Amino acid sequence: MARVVLVTGVSRYLGGRLARLLGQHPDVERVVGVDVIPPPDDIGNAEFVRADIRNPVIAKVIKAASVDTVVHMNVIATPVGAGGRSAMKEINVIGTMQLLAACQRAASVKQLVVKSSATVYGVSAKDPALFTEDMEAVRLPRSGFAKDSVEVEGYVRGFARRRPDVLVSMLRFANILGPGIDTPLARYLSLPVVPTVMGFDGRMQLTHEDDALAAVQAATFGEVPGTYNVSGDGVLMLSQAIARAGRVNLPLPTPFASVMRNLVRRFGYIDFTSEQIEYLKYGRGVDTSRITERLGFVTGYSTRETFDAFLLAHPLGRVLPWDAPEMPASVTTIGGAAI
Amino acid sequence: MSDAKVIPLNPDREPDDDGRSSFLGEQPLAGAFRFLRRRLEGSYEVDDFGFDRELTTDLLIPSLRPLYEKWFRVEVHGIENVPSEGGALIVANHSGTIALDSLMTQVALADHHPAHRELRILGADLVFALPFVGNVARRAGHTLACNPDAERLLSSGELVGVWPEGFKGVGKPYSERYRLQRFGRGGFVSAALRARMPIIPTSIVGAEEIYPVLADAKLLARLLGMPYFPITPTFPWLGPLGMIPLPSKWHIEFGEPIMTDVFTDGAADDPMLMFNLTDQVRETIQHTLYKLLMQRRSVFF
Repeated sequence: MARVVLVTGVSRYLGGRLARLLGQHPDVERVVGVDVIPPPDDIGNAEFVRADIRNPVIAKVIKAASVDTVVHMNVIATPVGAGGRSAMKEINVIGTMQLLAACQRAASVKQLVVKSSATVYGVSAKDPALFTEDMEAVRLPRSGFAKDSVEVEGYVRGFARRRPDVLVSMLRFANILGPGIDTPLARYLSLPVVPTVMGFDGRMQLTHEDDALAAVQAATFGEVPGTYNVSGDGVLMLSQAIARAGRVNLPLPTPFASVMRNLVRRFGYIDFTSEQIEYLKYGRGVDTSRITERLGFVTGYSTRETFDAFLLAHPLGRVLPWDAPEMPASVTTIGGAAI
Repeated sequence: MSDAKVIPLNPDREPDDDGRSSFLGEQPLAGAFRFLRRRLEGSYEVDDFGFDRELTTDLLIPSLRPLYEKWFRVEVHGIENVPSEGGALIVANHSGTIALDSLMTQVALADHHPAHRELRILGADLVFALPFVGNVARRAGHTLACNPDAERLLSSGELVGVWPEGFKGVGKPYSERYRLQRFGRGGFVSAALRARMPIIPTSIVGAEEIYPVLADAKLLARLLGMPYFPITPTFPWLGPLGMIPLPSKWHIEFGEPIMTDVFTDGAADDPMLMFNLTDQVRETIQHTLYKLLMQRRSVFF
């Protein structure tokens, strides 16, 4: 079956790479990539169409190319490059609404894959160690990217109800990191002195950017719709990650952490929401067994390997004098059975 | 130091013969140095729950050991009732103002069980919201007392410990010592039933006397956001000195396992069975407590 795939957010790192990969896939006849600015990198066989998903024009693009698969990658985690937080929210929420409205009218659309995020599970001290897809947030996110993701998922669920003939998949990614991608977490961990919250240490799960792309493809070609968590195996403690990077960990008492957050935010370097402070305190874990069972998808990189790949590609210089630890290809499994 | 014998501190290493592995072995300095280096480099492993095996066996348990051996002189009974491998749920009575009884049970199983089992304690959410305390608890292998976590640990063959009385148990006044409080809503029974793992009723004697709670300053507790504020003969009158526990003599008895794999699949959804099992566990612990108290010569010896 030759397919026509529409990829949104094609001028951003993951979207661009995905469009290139899909263009090489034997089952794909045509890839249409849309974004508001031309892609900075080569997107291979994919065709670029300048269109804003916040605008009804997107419906015409879908109709003209008789798109059957829509891959929505344009849910963005960082306001840098998007033009600030309000523009980011508009791209994420209004963009998704417009895109889904267009999909609902287009009879040719048979499949929808949406990049979501594990941030929909929120963060709190009362969280279970690992969230499965059926669990709900103990404390719903109230701001920033996490809230956008919750709203996007809400609209996608609404769409799935109205168009039951469309296969809908949502992928909830743990923090994506890797050699190429620019995320708030990557920026945070690249600081020479990394401020943390005193007395707390979050459990982090990471997804390698290659695994993220592989997961989107698995969902696109696997045709078992559903909501899936995606993350590398195992967790890394925040302090452990900072230590591995050879950075200086600067624990700040909670009130100072909030002051620091406001300063950083005003400076505009990182969108730092109160949810992210909570994440640094408690972290979050997701259970990834469902995607393995239903789609046969297994990540190639564990959380630790993802982090090490990120470190290797970012030769920012170690701040602390000792050498980087050896990087064993070990994998942590659930419950510590195979540590 | 170049010819110093290096003590391997691999997370998967066999504990010493007596199970008391720590870097304070033959070459304390070399071991401690390597340990410290690994901590500074971040080259250690934690599991999905945040359990840091190396830190727990090499630092946390050894630092609790003097309290266990010298101060409370804990005597363990019925350790053979705890399986050497596979999941099981330890259910015990809770007392003593702060959860030292849970920690001592963890030390007992790590040091005195032939398989040196790691106890994964289920703690109240308040524990994990506290700075430092919550962090250390996760590192020590503790996690939030909720059914998903309990079932996940049990199904992956871990030994899980739960103190279902919660704050009602630890914060109760001295006059109610060794009288079991309500066992929550019996959530621990459903976790064991779903995971089909045995329940081991466990009775702890001695912990009630470490901080005899004479009164609970409820207003102060509410101001500080704590579940209770204990007034003991020494606390808060003597300040930090008042936080030294009384050196009572402890007994921990692991009872005979209650098997849950004899029930059918839907058993966890049968509330009557759950209540019955909860009562059975509670009664067993209460009777064992009375028995141990009868045998005890004095609080301190």
